[in-house]
Amino acid sequence: MLKITSPRFCEACRSFRKFRTLLSSRTYAVSADHFEDQDEQKSSSGPGEHTWEDFDDPLPEGSTYDLVYPGHIPSTLFQKSLLSVGTAFVAITAPWRGDSIATLGETTGYVALKATRQKMLQDPVGRQILEERPRINSKTIDLERLKTLPECTFGKVYSDWLEDNRCHPDQRLPVHFVDDPDLAYVMTRYREIHDLVHALLGMPTHMLGEVTIKWVEGLQTGLPMCLSGGLFGAFRLRPKQRKAYRESHLAYAFRCGLKGKLLMNLYFENNWETLPWTNSGHSSTWGRLHPLRPKCGATEVEEITRWHIRCIYKERSDSV
Amino acid sequence: MAVSLRKGVSLFRSQLCRYRTASCICKKTVHSSAQTDTRDNSGEEAQTHFGFQTVSEHEKAEKVYEVFHNVASTYDVMNDAMSGGVHRLWKDYFIERLGPTPGTTLIDVAGGTGDIAFRFLEYVRNQSVERDIQRGGTAAKGDGETGESLYQASSHVTVCDINQAMLDVGKSKALDRGQTAGMSWVRGNAECLPVGDNLYDAYTVAFGIRNMTHMDAVLSEAYRVLKPGGRFMCLEFSRVTNPLFRKIYDEYSFQVIPVMGQVIAADWKSYQYLVESIRQFPPQDEFVDRIKEAGFKVVTYENLMGGIAAIHSGFKL
Repeated sequence: MLKITSPRFCEACRSFRKFRTLLSSRTYAVSADHFEDQDEQKSSSGPGEHTWEDFDDPLPEGSTYDLVYPGHIPSTLFQKSLLSVGTAFVAITAPWRGDSIATLGETTGYVALKATRQKMLQDPVGRQILEERPRINSKTIDLERLKTLPECTFGKVYSDWLEDNRCHPDQRLPVHFVDDPDLAYVMTRYREIHDLVHALLGMPTHMLGEVTIKWVEGLQTGLPMCLSGGLFGAFRLRPKQRKAYRESHLAYAFRCGLKGKLLMNLYFENNWETLPWTNSGHSSTWGRLHPLRPKCGATEVEEITRWHIRCIYKERSDSV
Repeated sequence: MAVSLRKGVSLFRSQLCRYRTASCICKKTVHSSAQTDTRDNSGEEAQTHFGFQTVSEHEKAEKVYEVFHNVASTYDVMNDAMSGGVHRLWKDYFIERLGPTPGTTLIDVAGGTGDIAFRFLEYVRNQSVERDIQRGGTAAKGDGETGESLYQASSHVTVCDINQAMLDVGKSKALDRGQTAGMSWVRGNAECLPVGDNLYDAYTVAFGIRNMTHMDAVLSEAYRVLKPGGRFMCLEFSRVTNPLFRKIYDEYSFQVIPVMGQVIAADWKSYQYLVESIRQFPPQDEFVDRIKEAGFKVVTYENLMGGIAAIHSGFKL
């Protein structure tokens, strides 16, 4: 059994991409060719690209796949339990396997997904999202247009973030093991807004950023995979990151997670032109407004954090 | 998975086209509809099973190709995980039952990763050494090379598989083991083998025949390529005889194996197909009848582990 703190394990975890994929459910090392083939992809590999239900192809006779939603794989409770145990083991010993983290989240998230769906139903925008079931991928988002938006709009910030961190919205894995189509959509939405949440909260994809986002998501949705990711991921932090985690990031994550608006209720696609980052006394340049950098005019991280939450979540809640 | 389906399918089609024009010398034109791009006159394709799904024959060949294209890299690891390493014992026993003597020519069909081929060469090599020792040859004096190579030079195994990915895995294994002498690797369809008539002393197919669309065509081809007196041997999953044991085995197959596939290889569907295809394969006696229909004589079978696997054997007499 590989020990968590053994040098060999730390070596294995040390590369940038592997740290990043520890706590995110994105595919690993997807090449550009993959995206070109998207046009030929049939919907049986996952939910439709434009809408949630794209049952373009007739399903083969006798097939039990894709009956409830495209990408669905039926499984019994025993199989789900076995999957949870197996993928948890793989997630700890081979953290670069994004698919096992994704599966672990699906098999352990039933209660949390139900609770999240309830919370979404209590909010008008959340209800709208559940009804319209928008998707976030290269077909539904015009990435080229986002690049042309003015500085400090959310769309531009997101576009810059994708470029800086070498990510792409098509890297999300489809949901397979959730049996209820509504809950499967909630899970899909959670995965697809992961990058947007990163951009919104100003967290890069290094270990510290991922752990912080996992805490925020875990506290808001209650998904066990997020909470355990936040908890156990913290053990992997290097000394400098651990210091930042202790001093500022963890508190920030808890504040965003507990007091902030539910991120699942934000209709990101309607708010590319929104300007949450302009405020008196602060520069409007994205780089300087990183909430945890003290250079933007405020001396306390507290103040930045409070301002950030207030601006983005509460006061702007009428526009999102 | 769909991306690899597309790539796998295009590979499959292009390879078949090249193969068909270049090297198919099969006199019987039992080319399955998978090898043609046009449908028959009625405009409908014959339906067959892919696990528990009903698909056209054309689709089945493509889907099977895709399955093995996907599983090739983790094939050996998954075999060990699913059977707890027992598949190695089965294959050892299979070669033992074949009992090849030095100088045998073997064609191993659907033998992509080379498990049977390596065991065959090992067995034949041990036979040559033993024979040499018994005859008081140079091996007894410590110089085993002359005796071995004398007998071993004429033993040969041709590994044939339709799937290039599986063959590539086998070739790299051969290089790692340093066991490339006496082996050749051929990409071909078991329903229309790219070899001549009456060439081989033995024909083996291990855990491959249940994936083939037209079993009768495969058996006819086996009959064609064997020398008179040659032996056909098939190792395949079969029907468990004891009802209680069958229930336990079914539960294990359907509940645990696809989960293992998802956890180890991130591929649930290929392993679900595997356990379903085992149930679609005819039971031992029915398979014996089909082998007899192809012309083989003295057809027998032997159950392994209560019927989980079975070795069928027939002779071209």
